[in-house]
Parts: sequence; C-alpha cells; structure tokens
Amino acid sequence: MLLDFMLNGVATSWSIHPGESLFEALRRHGRLEVKGNNCGNGECGACTVLLEGVPVPSCALLAGRVAGKRVETVSSLGTLERLHPLQQAFLEHSAVQCGYCVPGILLSMKALLDREPTPSREKIAIALSGHLCRCTGYLQQIEAVEALGPPHPTAAETNAVDCQDQEGDTNGS
Amino acid sequence: MGAKRIVGASPIKIDGPSLVTGQAVYADDIHLPGLLYGKILRSQLAHARIEEINTAKAEQLPGVALALDHRSVPRKAYTTAGQGYPEPSPYDNFIFDRTVRFIGDRVAVVFADSLEAAEEGLSLIEVRYRELPAVFDPAEACRPGAPRVHEEPEIQGAFDPTRNLVTHLDLEIGAVEEALAAAPFRVEGTWSTPFFQHVPLETHITLSWLDERGRLVLRSSTQVPFHARRILSQILDLPLWKIRVIKPRIGGGFGGKQEVLLEDLCALATLRTGRPARIELTREEEFVSSRLMHPMDVRIRIGAGRDGILQALEMEILSNTGAYGTHGATIFFNAGSKTLPLYNKAENVRFAGNVVYTNLPVPGAYRGYGATEGYFALECAMDELANKLGLDPVELRRRNHIRSGESSPIFRKLGEGREGVPQVIASCGLESCIELGRQAIGWEEKRSLPRQVGPHTFRGLGMGIFMQGSSIPLVDMAAATLRMNEDGSFHLFIGATDIGTGSDTILAQIAAEVLSVPLERFLVTSSDTDLTPFDKGAYASSTTFLSGEAVRKCALAISEKILAVAAVLLGEPAEGLILADGVARSTVSGKQATLEEIGMRCFYLAGQQQLEASASHISEVSPPPFAAHFAEVEVDTETGCIKPLRYVAAVDCGQPIHPGQARGQMLGALVNGLGFALYEELRFSPKGAALNPTFFDYKIPTSLDLPQIEIILVPTEEPSGPFGAKSVGEICINGPMPVIANAVYDAIGIQLKRAPFTPESVLRLLGKL
Repeated sequence: MLLDFMLNGVATSWSIHPGESLFEALRRHGRLEVKGNNCGNGECGACTVLLEGVPVPSCALLAGRVAGKRVETVSSLGTLERLHPLQQAFLEHSAVQCGYCVPGILLSMKALLDREPTPSREKIAIALSGHLCRCTGYLQQIEAVEALGPPHPTAAETNAVDCQDQEGDTNGS
Repeated sequence: MGAKRIVGASPIKIDGPSLVTGQAVYADDIHLPGLLYGKILRSQLAHARIEEINTAKAEQLPGVALALDHRSVPRKAYTTAGQGYPEPSPYDNFIFDRTVRFIGDRVAVVFADSLEAAEEGLSLIEVRYRELPAVFDPAEACRPGAPRVHEEPEIQGAFDPTRNLVTHLDLEIGAVEEALAAAPFRVEGTWSTPFFQHVPLETHITLSWLDERGRLVLRSSTQVPFHARRILSQILDLPLWKIRVIKPRIGGGFGGKQEVLLEDLCALATLRTGRPARIELTREEEFVSSRLMHPMDVRIRIGAGRDGILQALEMEILSNTGAYGTHGATIFFNAGSKTLPLYNKAENVRFAGNVVYTNLPVPGAYRGYGATEGYFALECAMDELANKLGLDPVELRRRNHIRSGESSPIFRKLGEGREGVPQVIASCGLESCIELGRQAIGWEEKRSLPRQVGPHTFRGLGMGIFMQGSSIPLVDMAAATLRMNEDGSFHLFIGATDIGTGSDTILAQIAAEVLSVPLERFLVTSSDTDLTPFDKGAYASSTTFLSGEAVRKCALAISEKILAVAAVLLGEPAEGLILADGVARSTVSGKQATLEEIGMRCFYLAGQQQLEASASHISEVSPPPFAAHFAEVEVDTETGCIKPLRYVAAVDCGQPIHPGQARGQMLGALVNGLGFALYEELRFSPKGAALNPTFFDYKIPTSLDLPQIEIILVPTEEPSGPFGAKSVGEICINGPMPVIANAVYDAIGIQLKRAPFTPESVLRLLGKL
C-alpha cells in the first residue's frame, strides 16, 4: 500500500507493508537516523519521532497511521555543518556518550522547547522521562536543555527565513 | 612543555556531531544486498539433553538459507569472554552443544531472507529433549550429589566441574581467626546482590560478509574486536588473517559486549552461504541470553581495636556464574583485589570463596567487575563497625584507608584469576575526596538533626569510600600509530574501543597535547583489526590510562621524527627545536618551519619519507582511582519507600583528560548503581525462567528518579598515567548500594543486606510484613 505523508517537511510517498511499524518503514526506506531495536512497545524511546510535533515512539505506531500527517526525524534539526542549538548544547555539555538514545531525546526536547521556551528542570526531567539512557545518568542532558535560552528555529525553518545570521560558528572544538 | 591546553579541556567529542545528527554510524546502519537474517532457537528447559533435533522442515521453508545446530558446527570448547590470551576463564562453551544448560541457551539458528522467514523456520525445528535435573541455588550446586551442570569431557580450566566449581580459593595473610578472637570489636554479616543486567540501549548485534578477497568481515557491537578476531579464528579453524573485525559506533556496552556472542554464528552463515548475515538480539534475549552481573553472597568479618584500626578483615564469597564460567574467576578475584587493599591497616586478611555453576543465565563482565558486590558488603560492614565503636563513619574510614606511599599485600596476592602484581600507591586523593564530600553534603550539621521529619518519614545520611584499578598490569597491551599528512594533519590509528566513553576524543587530545597541534587536525581511526594496531579493548578501566600512554609515547616518537626533518630544513640541531602551535621552532635562533612545510618536504621535495610512528604500552601497575560518596535519603516507614534526596560523589581519577566526559562517566555509573540499590533485579521462576525480561518489568532509572547529584573532581597527579591520568569508567558504580543502605541505617536503624532495597524489603525489616 502507498503511504503519503510529510517527512521532515517534504511530501513523501512510500510503499509500505501491511502491519509495518513506522520505525520499520523509516529504516527500510533508508532513514537510518532513526535508531532503535523495534521492540514494538515504545519501551526505551530511542526511536522517537515527532508526529504533528508530538514525540511518539515510531516502533509502536503503524506506518499507515501517519498518512497525511507531519513526521519529523532528527534530520529536521541540524546538519553536520550546521548543528541545531540543541545538538550543539548536548555536545557542549558532554551529554552524549554512546549516542544511541540521543536522536529520539533531541526530538522530545525540541517538542518541549516549542511548547515552553524556558522550561524548569522538573519539566525537562518529565519530558525526558520517556527515554531510557544507560550511559549518561541524564543530568548533563538536563543541564544542556536548561542552558538553552529561548527556542531556536530548526535548520529547515532557518533556511526558509534567512540562511545567513544564525550561529555562524556551530562546530568549533 | 608549556601549559596543557588540550588535555584538561572539554572539547566537543570528535564523533559527537555524527551522533547528534543521527548519521549511519552503528552496526545496523548499513545496507548489505542479499542479507540473511538470523534467529536463534532458545532452550525452554533449564537443563536437558537434546536427544533428537530435526531442521529439515525449516530448511525446506521458502526463504530459509541455512539452519545450524550441534550436528553441523565445529565442536571446540572455548570461552566467550573477550580477555587476553590465555583467557583466565574456563573453556566450557561450544557453538552449539547437545546439552542445554539454562532457559535461553542456544539450541539452533536459522538464517533466512527475512526476519519473519527466520522466525517461521525456528518454529519448524523439532527437538526432542531428555530433561535433566537442574540446580539454581549456588550453595546447593556445590554440595555432594547436586546435578552437574558441565559433564562434557572437553572442558578445561574449571576448578572442579564435578562439584560445579569454576573457581575455589582460600587465601590468608597473617592469622585471621586469632586476630578476630582477640579483637575487642567485631562485625560479621552477609550481603547479597541479585542478577543485574547491563541494559545497553543497542542490543548485541553483528553483521558479517565476505570482502572482495573472500575474507570474512564482521561489523559488530563489540568491546573487544581483537579478542573477538582471535577467538573466532580459534573456534572456526580459520586463519586469523582471513578475519576482519570492525567496531563501528556502538550503543552502550558496560561490559556486556566484552563477549563473543553472535560473531560465530554470523561467521558460519556467511562462510557457508557466501551471503551477508545479521543477528540482532531482541530486548528479551538481551536480558536472558546475553550477559548479566554475577549474583554474589559476600560474607564479611571485621575485627577492630578500640581505636577503630582494623586488625582482621575477611571476605568470603559465593558467586553464581550461571551455566557458563565466562569471567567467573576474574570477577571473583576482583571482588577482593579492588576492595581489600583500601583498608590496608588490617594485618590479618583472608579472601576466600567459590564460583559456582548453576542452571541460570550467564553473568559476565559488568562495569565494576566484582568490586561492586564486594563494596556493598565491605562498606556496610564498616558502618556497622562505626556504630559499634561509637565512632563517626567518616572518622573510621579516615583512620583506616590506604594513602599514597603505602601498599597492600593483596596487590601481589590477588590478580586476574591468579597472582597479582605488587604496587605502591603513587597518587591518592582520598583524604580530599572525603573532606570535600563531607562538606558538600553537610555531614556534621545533618547528622546532628533529628532523623524524623514527618509522621512516618525519616531522613538519614550515609557514606562510603571506594577504589578501582586502571588496566590489568603486566597482562594487557595497547598500541597506537600516528601518521602525518603533508598538510600537517595526522591520522591516529588506535585499536582502543570507544563504546561511547569518548576515548577516540580523549586519545586524540593526548596526541594533540604532545604535538601541540589543534585537535581538529587529528583524524581518528579506531577498532578495526585490518587498519589499527592491537588494543586489548574497552574493559578493566584501561583505555585512558593504558591506551592513552601508548598514544603519548607514539606522539613523542613522531615528534622526534618531525623535529629531525625540521633540523635539516632549518639547518639547526634537532636538540634545540620544539614543536609548538603547529610549527617546529628553534629555541636558539627563533627560525621555524610549519608542519605543512615539513610535510611537503617529506612527501615531495627532499629526503622523502612517510612520517609515521607506532608505540605500545603495557603497565607494571594498576593505579586505583579513589572516591568518597555521600547520600541523603528519606524513608517512609508506612510505604517502605526510599527516596534518595542528595548524592555527592568526590572522585580522584588523577588528571582528567576531558573533565566533561569524565563527569559523564561518573554520573552514568552512579545512576546505574542507584538502579542496583533501589529497583533492578532479573527474577526467575522456580524452574529457572526469567520473569521480567522487559523494560516494563525490569526498571532502570529514568530522569525522574534522580536525586540532586553533585560530582566533585579531585585531581591528583598519577606518574604512571598519561598527563597524570588514572581511570574513571567503573569506580562510581560501586557507591550507591552501600551508601544508600548506610543512609537508611542512619535514618531508621535497619540494615539492608540484599539489593535491591524494595519497599517490601524495608517493610519486612521493620516487621510490618
């Protein structure tokens, strides 16, 4: 069957298998930025995507359910050359170890900041709580989000508005 | 050398941008045409003989390419433990055996065009079992007449398989019994830990294929690519040079991936079909059929004088190694060798115990490596002793802990399943750790407050002190190669295995510091047995300390070669030249040559050569990092709930190379330890079936479970480590079990002696259940 939806702002038409999860469909179509074990239960949160701006575990969602809807993966944030401020903050706070849980976490944090530009530490912890991370103990991730000021537009939005004057130096180390 | 600028800073991890943007970096993130998906048939019985197995129907299923079981694979005893050779773990494992030894053990594997076909194929395999008596309790397992877990004649290296003993040891220094009898103060007790799981977010996964020369390539989530290559060569009778193991980015290890668990099956599938193959464990398989932490009963006896100085210290352990003995001996040894030297005032020390086979899933290496279980017992016993002495627990530790310039006979007596290596502590920041931690938690003030803070809520403070090691001395080796390009950039080749720890970055920082070249000019290639020099792998708190020193030596070696070229170019003696900020400069004349000029000359202009150096490192010592942990908890005596409120960890890891990542290691280990203390446990039915192998039923800490945590770095200068560094990866996992237990002891006077400290266990001790 054919699935029409918006993926990272691009109208997309994919053939999907009946019963296939969104996670399986994404991976099968080469969207390898979505990580996870396809547990089907949304147990760990690693495979989280944004569906109409709301974080959902893609393994626990039938691909067919996103027909006509907006789906965003971590690729909707920044690129290697132009990291999103959230991505930059995670790196600057050493909040990334193995990184496997991070694409999903970044999307949940993006959704949080879109709702609430300056969330309290408690709000950040709540938004993070659907994600398991065994490496970091979460604290540096919370600190990274806390350190961000008002919300920043995504790379896609930035490009749409003005390519020039957003954080020129994103990747100095 | 000038002030350090790159070492000691916290630059963005060099693999960081690729991780946060979701690049295709993990094992599964590649497309292999013609890929076969493998699924393993698991035993549903805890102990049984396979009388008959029939895979014909599975093999006839469309899409199934291959089915393997004990009849169709080489039979060679080996260990899955990825350790140096010869491994101190018994050879008691076969690719497939006729006997299954736990629920979840391997029976057969099916490879097919799709996962669905492989799963369907599994359902068509017919197996007739003869059930054997099983044993689940380690104490029972070593009694006469207990069912034998290993009866096969080929196994080697287990102490006495007829009694299910993988290891037995009784080591005494001085005369413990006499000293205990004479000691005015004595403490005695047994502390127990259950099966914990590592819970890496990425489960074990291996992909394999043949390269254009027909060599076997494995892309695997392994912590030990070089040991995996050696073990595969050994069990498959394949020349080592025909195997290449690549470790891509991996999604967490924590010791669980210091094992060869899937590589052998993928290799066989690829060698027999010529096609790429892949096996990924499900979460349930990860819980039950990968590896766990060794459950231990640790009995402590301490005798002390009226001054609180320890006179006798005894640790006796019963360790459950499940169906196979991988890491069983060494983890048991480390439970003593990483704990007992901390209290080196005790002149009479005994360390004894048994490591026992049972028909339960298989523990292996796990961050902490025995020290975690040992410290739970030791640090709880120390608090009981402080209580008996009427002495502040902090003061008791101060009077007894090891200091720099001191040693312990345990270092020599206890090694990795054999004798160890003597060492004198060169750097020890424990006194500062204790002092800074004590101040940060507000020890005196809070301990003087009433414990009761509500109708049925009580608060308490607890603490503990800890050490670990840095690498396995005189056993493990790490090597590095540096190569300079004509633009003054460098390739750093290291066998060291970055499993999320940041070691690619840390090792590049070390090279960058020595060569005084910006970090961005280092291109790191790591953990590929075809491309990089040997490294033991990511374990035993080794990488920063051991691989880091190899990199430092390597950088010094290439720096000499660079300066030799610069000397010719500048017409100056090499002795007067230094490398600074990307140029070779004469301290005499001030003349200088850039690395680009030197590189271009070497490649194209005169005295052509590749500037390159390699170095290896093996350490004669294993300098311990030290830590003091403090916690404040609130206990509800109606519900039995323990709520950790604050946690302070003051840690001496020598000079932190990357303080941000070092702090991350401490936090990650500490929060994992909180899970041990409060809720983690894989539980089993009376027949040995795991009851809770899912994230819904095996709870690990989330962001909502954190106390207020404070990490204090207490730098010391370790002379044997690169730029003064020691290890940091493991030590903090040892803290939470004893520290939380001690805080509860302080709050309400009950002694929690079995982890996890569930509300039920609290209420039982209060006599309310």
